[in-house]
Amino acid sequence: MPEAAPRRPEFLRLADLVKEFGGIPVVKDANLAFNKGEFITLLGPSGCGKTTILRMIAGFERPTRGSILVEGKDISALPPNQRQIGMVFQAYALFPNMNVENNVAFGLKIAGMPAEQRRARVEEMLKLIGLSGYGKRYPFEMSGGQQQRVALARALAPKPRMLLLDEPLSALDAKIRVSLRQEIRAIQRDLGVTTIFVTHDQEEALSISDRIVVLNAGNVEQVGTPFEVYNRPATRFVATFVGTLNTLNATVLNVADRSVAVDGQAFQLAALPPGAAANAPLALTMRPEAVSLGKPNGQDVVLQGRVAEVSFLGSVIRLKVDLGQNMLSLDTFNDTHTPPPALDQRIEVSLNSSDILILPN
Amino acid sequence: MFPSSNEPLTGATNVAPVGRGGWIGRLPRLRLGEVLGVAPFIIFAVMFLVLPPFYLFGLAFTDKAGQFTLQNIVDLGQPLIVSAFWISILISAASALIGAVVGLFIALAVIRGNLPGWIRAVVTTFSGVASNFAGIPLAFAFISTVGRLGILTILLRTVFHIDIYRSGFNLFTFSGLTLIYCYFQIPLTILLITPAIDGLKREWSEAAETLGAKPWQFWTYVGIPVLWPNLLGTLSLLFANAFGAVATAYALTGTSINIITLQLYAQIRGDALQNPGLGAAIALAMVAIAAFANVIYLIVRTRAERWLK
Amino acid sequence: MRRGKPWAWLVFVLGALYFMLPLVATIQFALSIRRGTYSLDAFTNVLYDAHFQESFVYSFIIGLCAIVVGVLIVAPAAYFVRLRLPRLRPIIEFLTLLPLVIPAIVLVFGYIRLYNTSSFINLTGSALGTDILLTFAYVALALPYMYRAVDTGLRTIDVQTLTEAANILGANTPTILFKVIFPNIIVALLSGAFLTLAIVIGEFTIASLLNRPAFGVYMQNVGANRAYEPAALAIISFIFTWVAMGMIQLLARFAPKTAPS
Repeated sequence: MPEAAPRRPEFLRLADLVKEFGGIPVVKDANLAFNKGEFITLLGPSGCGKTTILRMIAGFERPTRGSILVEGKDISALPPNQRQIGMVFQAYALFPNMNVENNVAFGLKIAGMPAEQRRARVEEMLKLIGLSGYGKRYPFEMSGGQQQRVALARALAPKPRMLLLDEPLSALDAKIRVSLRQEIRAIQRDLGVTTIFVTHDQEEALSISDRIVVLNAGNVEQVGTPFEVYNRPATRFVATFVGTLNTLNATVLNVADRSVAVDGQAFQLAALPPGAAANAPLALTMRPEAVSLGKPNGQDVVLQGRVAEVSFLGSVIRLKVDLGQNMLSLDTFNDTHTPPPALDQRIEVSLNSSDILILPN
Repeated sequence: MFPSSNEPLTGATNVAPVGRGGWIGRLPRLRLGEVLGVAPFIIFAVMFLVLPPFYLFGLAFTDKAGQFTLQNIVDLGQPLIVSAFWISILISAASALIGAVVGLFIALAVIRGNLPGWIRAVVTTFSGVASNFAGIPLAFAFISTVGRLGILTILLRTVFHIDIYRSGFNLFTFSGLTLIYCYFQIPLTILLITPAIDGLKREWSEAAETLGAKPWQFWTYVGIPVLWPNLLGTLSLLFANAFGAVATAYALTGTSINIITLQLYAQIRGDALQNPGLGAAIALAMVAIAAFANVIYLIVRTRAERWLK
Repeated sequence: MRRGKPWAWLVFVLGALYFMLPLVATIQFALSIRRGTYSLDAFTNVLYDAHFQESFVYSFIIGLCAIVVGVLIVAPAAYFVRLRLPRLRPIIEFLTLLPLVIPAIVLVFGYIRLYNTSSFINLTGSALGTDILLTFAYVALALPYMYRAVDTGLRTIDVQTLTEAANILGANTPTILFKVIFPNIIVALLSGAFLTLAIVIGEFTIASLLNRPAFGVYMQNVGANRAYEPAALAIISFIFTWVAMGMIQLLARFAPKTAPS
């Protein structure tokens, strides 16, 4: 999936972008390049700088240093109303004194489009978001999800070069969030507009992005496809922020044969980090789904433990296995014929040494 | 006096079943405590807010012998009284308009002009003070400033050789009074309109900008329309405020300026019109005018609140 | 985008000039009582004037009475309306709007005719009666502000939830009112109190028509008879109003909030 897409031309480049507020850096040396038609998500916790980057692209914040290039041209000096971008806000921001039609037509009116053409385009957009016939309604008469769809239509009506979305789903109910994000992705694919989406919800990011930029405290931690970011996290932060991560505290036994011990149980790693010494501590990380009950596929690392917790989540069963000093989280699919292990049961778990990640902090 | 503790304190009031009785059938069954709680308020309001105007209403239609008459209403058409009303309306409208426009600009400057944060706090406090600084001290302050021997008058004459009184300015006229009224109308506007300007979400202007709008386009299509109900409401409140003011004018010139409140004052003080019925008629007309302004305010406010949920 | 916009500065400066000029001029005028030099004579004349002290004290006391009466009238009503009689709210709010619609001079005209010596309730016949009438008149003037202060205070502390919580814990109504609600709205009450005081101290129309020796009447007298003392009075009055408003702002910081905002 990641390498199959054809090479698309570069559309947006952030070069050495830095933003400081009163001397305090909020965005540090961001260097990013996005291709035309891509759906990029800026993902990170509150305060990581993702919204600041978005607002710099939109033109509401001026970069302290660095530049923003769109199709090769530096737009850092352009005011927002000349950048031809569409933006969707967390709080919908529909103009309260205008009905849906007039909201959607606003950008077209500013651009001087004649009334007949405006009407046709508005109809088109309303059909796209599935709200045909709602033209005469006012924002206060509609639900959050509907308002956000209108906001999307309004942003897309003037055929912008880029679409920016600032946590557009955070204010909505869980169910709507899931259906609306799929809708947004479908519309974006339809229209092929380069899109930058900001969120703190990693599930959202994973499910709809072409690529994800993971940010933490102003730094870009990793850029990659959802698969890459999840399965090959570059740093400890990425691994813990995106999905769940197990951490086992091991001690190096022998550097030559790459053996380590966790709670007295020894096994071999695929590789040791450079500079590892005998008896030194080492943090081993792995995803819960990489750990299996028993030894179904001949995994090379086998550990014994006691079931400390069983969470039956429906299709997935999450177990917590006590190895002694370490707790291991294990996800396994529900088996309609076999009930999950009981509490305090002694069990055997296994994983492939190649699935163990040793991450820099 | 209060309901016993094992009765539920809150929740829906006990409502009698809705039958064909209509409104009567829907009166809540009141407990003694509740009645005693609101009774002082109701009694006070009736005695001091409701009865007096009603009484005056009746008095306006009474002649000196105590009989019903429409003569007082007719007498409202006397040239002196009509001109007094007219001048009052002019001054009130003028000071309301100037106050609203200037106040709006100052409020916009302070809230959306990206000025240092302390300016807003100072302006808010000052507006609170200045809007209460009406009446006699305000008149004194203006007399000290631009009265015939006022500091500014003398300064302009001695330093800049401009004699404002020779050029036609006179504090002790209607235009002077309007100028003084602005001193509390402007701050009152700032106080009233600030919440509405705060309510203009940043995202609206940002959204408008991303859609290509220049600032004047935002204000024309979104900003002013959203503020409009509040502006209109502020205008009517300002009008009613100036219309009923007495003390400032009195301190300025005694009763020699012919505004309607001073006419009424003279009448009450010394029965200048020799006809309490006429006084009541004047009072009635004043209430009608002020009420009209306030009704506009109420209508406009309810429509605005619909939008800005 | 962060720098102050030039037009905003211009408007602010012009506005500041218009508002500062009269104040500065008045101070200067008040200090110029002695020819050729600045002196505080105008201020001392005023402050040591027996009439000043008497009328100020008089107005202050009337103000305090108006505050107490106002609180006793407004607080229980606001509480019960918010909690149990929401249908009464439109009526109550209409009544609190009346003082804004009916000019003070009309109100006092009505009082004089209604409550004079030849009527059912005689208030103007005696000094004490007139004082009482004056107090009630001021309660009426301050009513909109007092009610709004108390109502906002009740809303901010989420009276409904507090009452329910106290009720579940076993408290009865008087206990709830005095031990739970009242302490929490003291700040709102004080705001209303300061506003009432500011209104009462300088009030002229009603006091003069009822012939009471209030501060406003005294000021008017000084204005009619003296040249420089009125300016000093204006400054004193301004400072007093500033202090009252400042107290309200200060109190706003200490207002308890329990309702989700």
